[in-house]
Amino acid sequence: MTDRIEKRIEIKAPVSRVWRALTDYREFGEWFRVKLEGPFVVGQTTRGQITYPGYEHVKWEALVQAMEPERLFSFTWPLIKSVDPANYSADYSTAPRTLVEFRLEKNATGTLLTLTESGFENIAADWRLEAFRRNDGGWTEQMKNIEGYVAKNS
Amino acid sequence: MSRKTPSSRSARRRSHAPVFAALGDRTRLALVAKLSSGENYSISQLTEGSRLTRQAITKHLRVLEHAGMVRCMRRGRESLFAFNPEPLQEAKNYLESVSEQWDQSLARLKMFVEEEKPN
Repeated sequence: MTDRIEKRIEIKAPVSRVWRALTDYREFGEWFRVKLEGPFVVGQTTRGQITYPGYEHVKWEALVQAMEPERLFSFTWPLIKSVDPANYSADYSTAPRTLVEFRLEKNATGTLLTLTESGFENIAADWRLEAFRRNDGGWTEQMKNIEGYVAKNS
Repeated sequence: MSRKTPSSRSARRRSHAPVFAALGDRTRLALVAKLSSGENYSISQLTEGSRLTRQAITKHLRVLEHAGMVRCMRRGRESLFAFNPEPLQEAKNYLESVSEQWDQSLARLKMFVEEEKPN
């Protein structure tokens, strides 16, 4: 059991292409499903609005930590307490944050992309983790599982 | 729309934070590994084979107890510690959800890059 998430994915495209998809704010928005207001700049916060259907009210933001060309792109972002419109608050100023890191390496396929998200120990004790950033079917299903689990076990 | 008013459900729901924080230490991980056998252990038994003092082990056990991962019971003059798997399972489920979310985002990224028609 670890408090971080790590994913490795092989992409059939050159590192330079994957780098652009990650760090160009318009391209990032395409696959991440967020409309960003401006580019990623180290030390600055990029903000936007989720475009995923049903979650358009949710604001997105990330503070860029590192941009080492074609090697590392990282940012911290807030944990959103609830994306349920009735409970949603767009004020993330006191939200705990996790660190997201994308690392790129050239390999035989094209690019090996490693994603890590860490810092879950920052989650404050009174936080409801009912929902979280963007959302979709898989997540909703998972949440039902957790709720079922919690209901059974509390 | 208040953050301060938890529903009865959320009030019952344990926070994941202390679990993650509690596990961010090698000694505590080792204690959890030992306790997860399901048996109850005294502090002496848990200190055995460790380079740490009883006091240090006790401190780590309190952190685990605070996170709900360990229960402390009295038997005569002795304290016995037992593992409670629930918070760990809950935290694991939570991370799995975040993990699945990333699977989907990264799959979209892969598709986005690979299905692009070269100019």
